[in-house]
Amino acid sequence: MADAPIFIDPAKCRGCKKCITACPFDALFMEGKLAVVKPDECRACNACIKACPFKAITSTAKAETKKADLGDFKGIWVFAEQHHGKVQEVAYELLATGRRLAKDRGCELAAVVLGHNVKDSASHLIAAGADKVYVVDQPELAEYEANVYTDALNQLIAKYKPEVILAGATAVGRAFFAKVAVRARTGLTADCTALSIDKESHLLHQTRPAFGGNIMATIMTPNHRPQMATVRPKVFKMTPPDAKRKGETLLEALKLVAGDTRIVKAERNASAVNIAEAEIIVAGGRGLKKAENLEQLKRLADLLGGVVGVSRACVDAGWISASHQVGQTGKTVCPKIYLAFGISGAIQHLEGMRGADTIIAINNDPHAAIFNVADLGIVGDLFEILPMLIEAVEAKNNGAK
Amino acid sequence: MHIVVCVKQVPDTTNVRINPETNTLMREGVESIINPFDEFALEEALKLKDAHGARVTVISMGPPQAEVVLREAMARGADDVVLLTDRAFAGADTLATSYAISQAIKKVNARPDLVLFGKQAIDGDTAQVGPGVSEFLDCALVTYVKSIKVEGDTYTVETQMDEGVDVIEGKMPAVMTVVKEASTPRFATLSGWMQAKKVEIPRWGAKEVKAEAAMCGLEGSPTKVVKIFAPPVKTGGVRMDGREEPSAAVDAIVKLLQDKGVA
Ligand SMILES: Cc1cc2nc3c(=O)[nH]c(=O)nc-3n(C[C@H](O)[C@H](O)[C@H](O)COP(=O)(O)OP(=O)(O)OC[C@H]3O[C@@H](n4cnc5c(N)ncnc54)[C@H](O)[C@@H]3O)c2cc1C
Ligand SMILES: Nc1ncnc2c1ncn2[C@@H]1O[C@H](COP(=O)(O)O)[C@@H](O)[C@H]1O
Repeated sequence: MADAPIFIDPAKCRGCKKCITACPFDALFMEGKLAVVKPDECRACNACIKACPFKAITSTAKAETKKADLGDFKGIWVFAEQHHGKVQEVAYELLATGRRLAKDRGCELAAVVLGHNVKDSASHLIAAGADKVYVVDQPELAEYEANVYTDALNQLIAKYKPEVILAGATAVGRAFFAKVAVRARTGLTADCTALSIDKESHLLHQTRPAFGGNIMATIMTPNHRPQMATVRPKVFKMTPPDAKRKGETLLEALKLVAGDTRIVKAERNASAVNIAEAEIIVAGGRGLKKAENLEQLKRLADLLGGVVGVSRACVDAGWISASHQVGQTGKTVCPKIYLAFGISGAIQHLEGMRGADTIIAINNDPHAAIFNVADLGIVGDLFEILPMLIEAVEAKNNGAK
Repeated sequence: MHIVVCVKQVPDTTNVRINPETNTLMREGVESIINPFDEFALEEALKLKDAHGARVTVISMGPPQAEVVLREAMARGADDVVLLTDRAFAGADTLATSYAISQAIKKVNARPDLVLFGKQAIDGDTAQVGPGVSEFLDCALVTYVKSIKVEGDTYTVETQMDEGVDVIEGKMPAVMTVVKEASTPRFATLSGWMQAKKVEIPRWGAKEVKAEAAMCGLEGSPTKVVKIFAPPVKTGGVRMDGREEPSAAVDAIVKLLQDKGVA
């Protein structure tokens, strides 16, 4: 590397050595009365820029934005998000899609794991389709912290130069991938619903809904690398694991920056439902009339092994917490089954659930918009149908035992 | 304490269609509003101002008519506002938008204590601009914030993660994105409106914020939209009238659930 990511102005440096103490990578040293950077050690963390009282240090990062040598970038990566050692399902879904893309591109598929005590996950990722697994297993990565995670992934990107990187559009993936993309000065397409490799250009075609799902846009990143995209959970299907698959695991030891924030408490109670991951959603709207009637939905959801979702009207009425809200300002869900009781089907609601495999709607207004997207639309009184349905499913369950 | 809040003007209904001939968005006749999530971000800033005293600066990037959302923000209690507007910014993707906004923030204050964003804008739905700005400002990032407490230079926030709520602590400055679970946004007061109406809103372009042309607008955007099309419409669903004979409807539901392997 010829150019250092930072520039120390000799006219401004007073030799106070504050930058040298601040640098986590020992990339700075004193030459006489001036601080000097070792270009190969500097990781562009910018800690020295913050520390310098004389504003003598500036970032030269913009020099890096000149078009990268695109041909140097090879391979498709999937960021395999894990929580306390458990790889998130979306990573397996992405590996299934990644396999297809890698085949079309004629390249390798790798998974990247950041965490602590996560080495065991590599075998699962290989079984799910990875040719290679990069594992960074360090205590600093035990919990997600935006800057530390960004540092780790960007170091790997700089070292191995992947052509494509995919991540789940989860709370973690959505946030830190945007930071990673900016640090790498490349593009990022959020919440893709379709990915393919263009036959002629070999570029990644990234398709996503925009403007409330009213239009679809296909996006490419022609002149920057890596090409980056996030995908919501459940959009792609997993393939069954193949324990016989062979792959390589590479353990990377990285020097990481210190985190800006720390978690003081995590309330990861089991009852906290993540409707975005649910297979079956029993949803209700203002047609339920009052909070108590949500109990019946809950009953049906429990019987079916699903969770409760609601329209914004229910959240605004204070019946249930916003984490259950489906729609544009709530969550996007892609379950196998979406049962909608007393939901009118406002565009903002449809936006969040039209991706469901099968939609069953019950509404007493024959003109309700929800019927336009329903596979089975029933014009009727939910207060009649819901109790009967609960009874019927209960009977089925008992009969099966 | 100095808090900067970024708000975007977005089309109200998401009923935006595309012109099949030009493949461009037809936004005519669609009313514009403050991005709903940004209202929560502004409210958190105003709450901190109420509790501790703070200067609240609101920035919006967009066409000249985006001024409206800035007046609304002032009427609710923001101290000063800036409209970032320039032809050079047109066609910006999230990288170019994050860059332009971060340049404007730097001009407002080299080191604001907090920079607040909505979780996402309802037109683009990317949730990438807040994190992107944190990178350009070289500043801590906390996302999905539902409450903020500040003591001295330390903040304690609750964040809404996929599996529950985390409590996170850190030292200012920080960039945060705010979710809906935060408190209900206040209304503008009449006197607030009277004042906000009269204010002359500063307009900054690429030059004023020292943004480099190569990093702005279309040119500074790595992502290129190559195609826009209408989503496939779902049709052919079965419709039943369950008013006369609800049991037949229930049978149909149970049968469908069984076919799908869930009951
Ligand atoms: C910027 C913005 C963002 C928004 N984001 C979201 C979002 O994320 N999610 C969301 O859901 N909404 C959102 N909304 C609100 C949305 O526009 C609707 O207001 C909302 O979805 C309506 O909820 P609902 O269908 O429960 O209520 P309603 O529209 O009141 O519908 C109730 C339905 O129940 C039916 N009904 C009544 N009684 C019975 C009965 N006994 N049996 C059967 N059916 C019955 C009625 O016929 C009616 O169709 C947003 C709005 C805006 C402006
Ligand atoms: N043009 C803009 N002007 C001001 N703020 C913006 C703009 N675009 C995005 N933002 C902010 O960034 C957040 C995320 O936007 P997005 O990444 O587009 O989903 C929004 O909630 C706003 O707070």
